[in-house]
Amino acid sequence: MTYLDHAATTPMLVESIAAMNAELAQVGNPSSLHASGRRARKVVEESRELIAAALGARPIEIIFTGGGTEANNLAVKGLFWSAQAKDKKKNRILVSAVEHHAVLDPVLWLGEHEGAIVEILPVDTQGRVLPETLRKAFEKNPHDVALVTVMWANNEVGTVQPIEELVKIAHEFKTHFHSDAVQAVGCLEVHFQNSGLDAMTVSGHKVGGPQGIGALVVKRDIELTPLLHGGGQERDVRSGTLAAPSIAGFAAAVSTAVVQRTSRANRMTSLRNDLIKRVQEQVPDVVFNGDPENRLPGNAHFSFKGCEGDALLMLLDAQGIECSTGSACSAGIPQPSHVLLAMGRDEVTARASLRFSFGSTSTPDDVDAVMQVLPAIVERAKRAGKPAVKK
Amino acid sequence: MSKRVVAAMSGGVDSSVAAARLVDQGYDVVGIHLALAKVKGHAGGKGCCTLDDARDARRVADRLGIPFYIWDVSEEFQREVIENFIAEYAEGRTPNPCVRCNEKIKFQAVLERSLALGFDAVATGHYAQIVETESGPTLHRAIDDKKDQSYVLSVLNQEQLSHTILPLGNSTKPEIRKEAEERGLITASKPDSHDICFIPDGDTAGFLHNKLGQDPGKIVDAETGEEIGKHNGVFEFTVGQRKGLKLGKPRDDRSPRYVVGTDIKSKTVLVGIPTMLRVDVVTATNLIWCGPIPASQFECSAQVRAHSADLKAKAFHKDGNLTVEFLEPLQGLAPGQTIALYDNTRVIGSGTVVTTTRS
Ligand SMILES: Cc1ncc(COP(=O)(O)O)c(C=O)c1O
Repeated sequence: MTYLDHAATTPMLVESIAAMNAELAQVGNPSSLHASGRRARKVVEESRELIAAALGARPIEIIFTGGGTEANNLAVKGLFWSAQAKDKKKNRILVSAVEHHAVLDPVLWLGEHEGAIVEILPVDTQGRVLPETLRKAFEKNPHDVALVTVMWANNEVGTVQPIEELVKIAHEFKTHFHSDAVQAVGCLEVHFQNSGLDAMTVSGHKVGGPQGIGALVVKRDIELTPLLHGGGQERDVRSGTLAAPSIAGFAAAVSTAVVQRTSRANRMTSLRNDLIKRVQEQVPDVVFNGDPENRLPGNAHFSFKGCEGDALLMLLDAQGIECSTGSACSAGIPQPSHVLLAMGRDEVTARASLRFSFGSTSTPDDVDAVMQVLPAIVERAKRAGKPAVKK
Repeated sequence: MSKRVVAAMSGGVDSSVAAARLVDQGYDVVGIHLALAKVKGHAGGKGCCTLDDARDARRVADRLGIPFYIWDVSEEFQREVIENFIAEYAEGRTPNPCVRCNEKIKFQAVLERSLALGFDAVATGHYAQIVETESGPTLHRAIDDKKDQSYVLSVLNQEQLSHTILPLGNSTKPEIRKEAEERGLITASKPDSHDICFIPDGDTAGFLHNKLGQDPGKIVDAETGEEIGKHNGVFEFTVGQRKGLKLGKPRDDRSPRYVVGTDIKSKTVLVGIPTMLRVDVVTATNLIWCGPIPASQFECSAQVRAHSADLKAKAFHKDGNLTVEFLEPLQGLAPGQTIALYDNTRVIGSGTVVTTTRS
């Protein structure tokens, strides 16, 4: 099997499996005061320190969550509500058009239910938010923005945002900036403090850790309105018994991924470039999407004109090649990607897209396997086209 | 290499067992759930949701160990089935959307797409049988008379039949339920669906009012020519209908009245006694032969609704036009309905009713 969907989830690193397994065999609620509890607490805190060190943050800034989605919800809603609590006039949210649904949907929800004014920041044809776009959005009214949220790197087309520049602009206007760095960690250099960010989302299973664990990294002095109320385990902002085994696995994954980042990123970049080159040579009518330079090392994203992405996906799946259209929802009904539409692609082109994403286990054989079948599959999918109903 | 088959999986018990049987028979099966209706999205604008039926179909596919995908044919379904349904009613005809869906969606759009993607056939959980003969495949009734669905498949030509597999035609419904249970399929005890799938509450009149608005007219006694009521739209009425007339003035002998005809131009609904519903001769167009083209004149039996009786008849066809003379009494038939012709259990073909007359 050729697994080229590492952006969806990537295999757990051996270091992560070992750390998690070790903890699974233990007893102890990190909040308990006895010896077993203290032992579990120690694992959690050491994990927190490992993650903080790997991400250029302070341990106190790490809030563990049940994954990237929860961290994004906490950031968006938590920052909005705390901004509102201080100043009712701050009700505008600036959000990039290419966010993952785990950011976009909570923002839109605040718009529908909490009176937020949602301003979608447009992107260029490569999916980038230009600094002047953000500046203009602020200048419309410098005093009413509750928060800005722009992802570090896009999960579909791989484009990396000029985060540091954008953060500087938001800070000129004294506004908090959140970034979903789920896809960036382990692939790009991510340093929380140097980035200037106020809040940043990380997810376990995208860096070789377990699913269902993640963190919001938040500056110490920022108040967040909690989403989950209960025992107040995480700085009183996030409640719920800390998942010590998952946290241990998460920490091992983050620290390993960050240490190995450069060599792995170089390997992924060369595999990816090889795939892009060969696809462009061998498949007619292909459009390459995203920023060719500033992109995630493992991401190759194409539109195959005249094809339906889900037909390509099915045909590749039948040949043992696993990739993604990048936009399937839980029910599996393909929708044109909002990311590609925001980049100015038409709906037909957007539906004709496939994402191949490389990871730590990828090899040159994977690229060969794709190229062995892709040209014929594209031809076949082209013939199938859209289901046509005779008049 | 084994034949590659798309198993259309609705999430019901029949198509679940059909897929299971194909797997047992050694076909290379891919489960496909057809998303027919557009589902409104939530705030995030993803325009989709987890449909219960799709989920059930997926669980059955998991159990069978076959790949499973959802194909979005909602645009085609909207255009070819729903809009056609509304337009037909607006013209005073009574369409059968399931027949239309089979003709245009399942065995055309989906079949064409499947063939283009390298599959050999499409399989469904319909109760009917395909019998191979020297002159190509032919369509027959299922052995289970009560469940037989050959009528709604009577729009398939031999080309389509040659790429169709119907694994359930030789079984009865109770056998299928039992088999589903034995196989441990989660759809085993799911109730059958009866309604038109895009009108789940069964309120066809309400659906049509919503689309076509109010279009009031008169209800006229067909015997006396007297106006005896009003209505809100001719499309609410179908020949043979008794309910929903809301007539203030009963017949002198208190016997019930039926819709015996409608006139879209004058917006008139004609009501009368049951004898006025008798139909002796039917003409039809949109002829489709499910097997070899028959002689221009032949004896047959005819069925005009999904589960109505099979009536002896004589058929004539010329230049794509069909005339059927009924030798047994037929009561109430509306233009737009499908008339399917049978030679014993074999479906000869079908047409869409244009006129009905009483001799
Ligand atoms: C950019 C981005 N943000 C958020 C998420 C959601 O993270 P999780 O799966 O941990 O909830 C994902 C993964 O699908 C992602 O790619």
